[in-house]
Amino acid sequence: MDGQGQDFKWIGKRTVRPDGVDKVTGRANFGADFSLPGMLVGKVLRSTHPHARILSIDTEKAHALPGVKAVITAADLPDIPSEEAHFGEDPTDFRHVSHNVMARDKALYDGHVVAAVAATSESIADEALGLIEVNYEVLPHVLDVEEAMKPGAPLVLEDLITGGVTPTPKDPSNIAKRVQFDLGDTEAGFKKANMVVERRFTTKPVHQGYIEPHAVVASTSEDGHTLVWCSSQGHFMIRAACAKLLGLDVSQLRVMPAEIGGGFGGKITVYLEPLAVLLSRKTGRPVKMVMTREEVFRGTGPTSGTVMTVKIGATKKGQITAAEATLAYQAGAFPGSPVGLGCMTAFAPYDLENVKTVGFDVVVNRPKATAYRAPGAPLAAFAAESVLDELAKALDIEPLELREKNAAKEGTKAPYGPRFGPIGYVETLQAVRDHPHYSAPLGPNQGRGIASGFWMNFGGQSSAVVNVNEDGTVVVTLGHPDIGGSRASMALMAAEVLGIDIAKVRPIIGDTHTIGFSDITGGSKVTFASGMAVVEAAGDVVAQLRERTAMIWEVEAEGVVWEDGHALPASTNVGEFEPLSLAQIAAMAAKIGGPISGRASINAKGAGPGFGTHICDVEVDRETGRVVVLRYTAVQDAGRAIHPAYVEGQLQGGAAQGIGWALNEEYVYGDDGRLQNPGFLDYRMPVASDLPMIDTVIVEVPNPNHPFGVRGVGEVPIVPPLAAVANAVENAIGVRMADLPMSPPHILAALEDKA
Amino acid sequence: MTKHHVSTTINGEPAEFLCEPQQTLLDVLRDELNLTGSKEGCSSGDCGACSVIMDGRVACACLALGVEAEGRSIETIEGMAEGETLHPLQRLFLEEAALQCGYCTPGFLVAAKALLDRKPDPTETEVRFWLAGNLCRCTGYDKIVRAVLSAAAEMRG
Amino acid sequence: MAQVVLTNELANQFAGGETKLEVPAENVRQLIRALEERYPGMGPELEAGMAVAIDGEIFADPFLEPIGPDSEVYFLPRIGGG
Repeated sequence: MDGQGQDFKWIGKRTVRPDGVDKVTGRANFGADFSLPGMLVGKVLRSTHPHARILSIDTEKAHALPGVKAVITAADLPDIPSEEAHFGEDPTDFRHVSHNVMARDKALYDGHVVAAVAATSESIADEALGLIEVNYEVLPHVLDVEEAMKPGAPLVLEDLITGGVTPTPKDPSNIAKRVQFDLGDTEAGFKKANMVVERRFTTKPVHQGYIEPHAVVASTSEDGHTLVWCSSQGHFMIRAACAKLLGLDVSQLRVMPAEIGGGFGGKITVYLEPLAVLLSRKTGRPVKMVMTREEVFRGTGPTSGTVMTVKIGATKKGQITAAEATLAYQAGAFPGSPVGLGCMTAFAPYDLENVKTVGFDVVVNRPKATAYRAPGAPLAAFAAESVLDELAKALDIEPLELREKNAAKEGTKAPYGPRFGPIGYVETLQAVRDHPHYSAPLGPNQGRGIASGFWMNFGGQSSAVVNVNEDGTVVVTLGHPDIGGSRASMALMAAEVLGIDIAKVRPIIGDTHTIGFSDITGGSKVTFASGMAVVEAAGDVVAQLRERTAMIWEVEAEGVVWEDGHALPASTNVGEFEPLSLAQIAAMAAKIGGPISGRASINAKGAGPGFGTHICDVEVDRETGRVVVLRYTAVQDAGRAIHPAYVEGQLQGGAAQGIGWALNEEYVYGDDGRLQNPGFLDYRMPVASDLPMIDTVIVEVPNPNHPFGVRGVGEVPIVPPLAAVANAVENAIGVRMADLPMSPPHILAALEDKA
Repeated sequence: MTKHHVSTTINGEPAEFLCEPQQTLLDVLRDELNLTGSKEGCSSGDCGACSVIMDGRVACACLALGVEAEGRSIETIEGMAEGETLHPLQRLFLEEAALQCGYCTPGFLVAAKALLDRKPDPTETEVRFWLAGNLCRCTGYDKIVRAVLSAAAEMRG
Repeated sequence: MAQVVLTNELANQFAGGETKLEVPAENVRQLIRALEERYPGMGPELEAGMAVAIDGEIFADPFLEPIGPDSEVYFLPRIGGG
């Protein structure tokens, strides 16, 4: 079953999502919506110093306050050894995760947690925080990535030795890692070029900006088993991290997946969860912890700020002869920026003979960078796709044509080595060329830009169980949190395989004790990987239904086929039998072997790379420097859109996040190393009146490795917008904006420089 | 701290509660009355996830005090459907896929209802500016704005 | 013999900078064993933190994936996402 050229009954239908009614009535329970009797309130104390040695912490007065049940510091957590952790982004270290959750010896950024309390009310907990006395030795700090790379910079981590360099350096530095990918010989390639463009770019950290702050409830029973209720991108990840950080058996923790109010990569690690578990274990009472928005900004996310240089050379006819990028990404206080992914994705849409990318992962006194939708890729694409446009202009070639001439196709070697299978990049370029938006007229001070983006997509461990109820309805239990409607696509795939009405299929997310291990929701993997598990589990049910029918008919299982929700005789040789519906077979289950239940626990392989190309029109107000996005079109190869409305939603949402990143969003730090805009008023994300409708075009070049042809969808749409907006601004006012955000003061300054 | 006794009307029904003077209306709704449909996203009136209708005007419950509910009429997301019949806005949000994670959805629905109660025939621009106090990070607003316009058209008949 | 390509990081650390190797192996486990024999210390590094691309298809947790006589095998950083 390759899914190609088939007529589907359910795939591609815009059904109402199964969890929808609860979400529009306020009934859905998110992280903070859960309460238990006798529940305590947990709160954390955060450092206001960007870099300080913790000489001592006196918790005595806080302990003595009536209503305070526990006060914890790093001394209450095990001092765990280094161990590589795979949370779904670049590998990280559990020891660093522990030190990020609770500062040990040093506070490394404004907002770093140094202590936590549990008390009978929020006001008592707040008062207790004020009674904790922390004696700091304030140290010099470093925020800027280039400053941090210089010899003699304040050392964020005193034992950090640069990886990926030979010979291994003897002295510690803030450079955690150097990575490099090459193909061919760029030096020779640049010699063949008639035109070479090189430019330096800078970007500021931006936050994922999910509307739901982190929230957790932990409750420990007398036998040492803890129930954790929280919203995250992976309850199995929460379980693994809490167990590791607290020295518990994995089976002592049962993590229930609450509905999650957005994550975008920001909820693929732990912050409050291990502290809530520890506080509940210490007090024997349920503990609830919820972050304020200010805490979300100061203590979680963001993605890396960067300094990047990109150089591309091409012949007169627009053949790219070589491309190079040097990317320095802020990791925050602990190693693990997505710079490797930036290197791998920067030039991935192009068929290049000579390409070299070098990346530096650099620690600074900022919150630990966390994945943000296509981690690393939008930044690298901002630089690469901007230089491509500049190159096109210098060569007097249409930017779209330059991309068409060099586009990656099936068989092209990706810049990180392997050859692409069937991919749909060229198809997205063609769809852009054919779209009326591309040739619509523009007015004064208006400009149009295009840019492309790539994400390799991902599979991974996934579990699904399909239980057939006695009346023929079906419950599908899944292991990945549903962050944006995945239950809808899982139900469609199950209904398609079983041949039954979608209304008969009820998908739910299982907890860590009720469904097999599943990786985090992230990396655009769920519809692909969890979907593959659902298809396999539903296929298992079909096989059982055929066997049960064979028992009823007293024939061999091969004599029964499953079509359109019914068992039918395979041929007239089998005999004359009336078709049996799933419900009829289910009703007889007890007599023919017992309950019918299909399952699949797999490591899904064969994710299909995704490409997108966006068109952006802007108008620039030369008086105020304000850039308004007038029209926007996002084109993407989805492989196969299982639920097209939610695919469109991914394209629109990713584009909007990218537009915010391009135009407004940034972390603003003072010279004192403190975050100055930890709120939605000053950290300005796009609102409805900032944006136009966002047109979408879904291209479908099926992924041959998925039963229905699915590629990942969620990451790609945030990759092109940064450059698409910058290219449109350049087209409007003739100024190349190489520093993000392109906020009004920066636009005005650039206009003045030009004049 | 002495608690105050407050008598109010919530979703058309009389309600009473005790609250501390500094407790916000949002805290009271969520923690005292178990109406957790109104969400907290910022506590500063910037995200609109806690939008309620107070005496016919849309308000952020995080910026009002619980004691301010005295004698007032409060509408929350929990009161929007009539029995098992969803409000057209709720139904069209589902049919047009105007939500992804769903966290901001109650606030958008309440704010949009306040708009349509006052102006049955808004333009796209009016919808966008009315909803500019509600943040959504998932959808890019496209499908939300379309669903509100569809609901307005349907309700006009 | 499978054509194997290492990351620069691995090549510098274990293989004297040589990124392109020819290694006889029928699956990933055999390949890693062969590389460990040739470059002691490389095996555990490959098993712990690397993904493998065999003829263009990426495997995040490779073990018994078959390698053909003319296969191209790349060791890559494990990838994830938001």
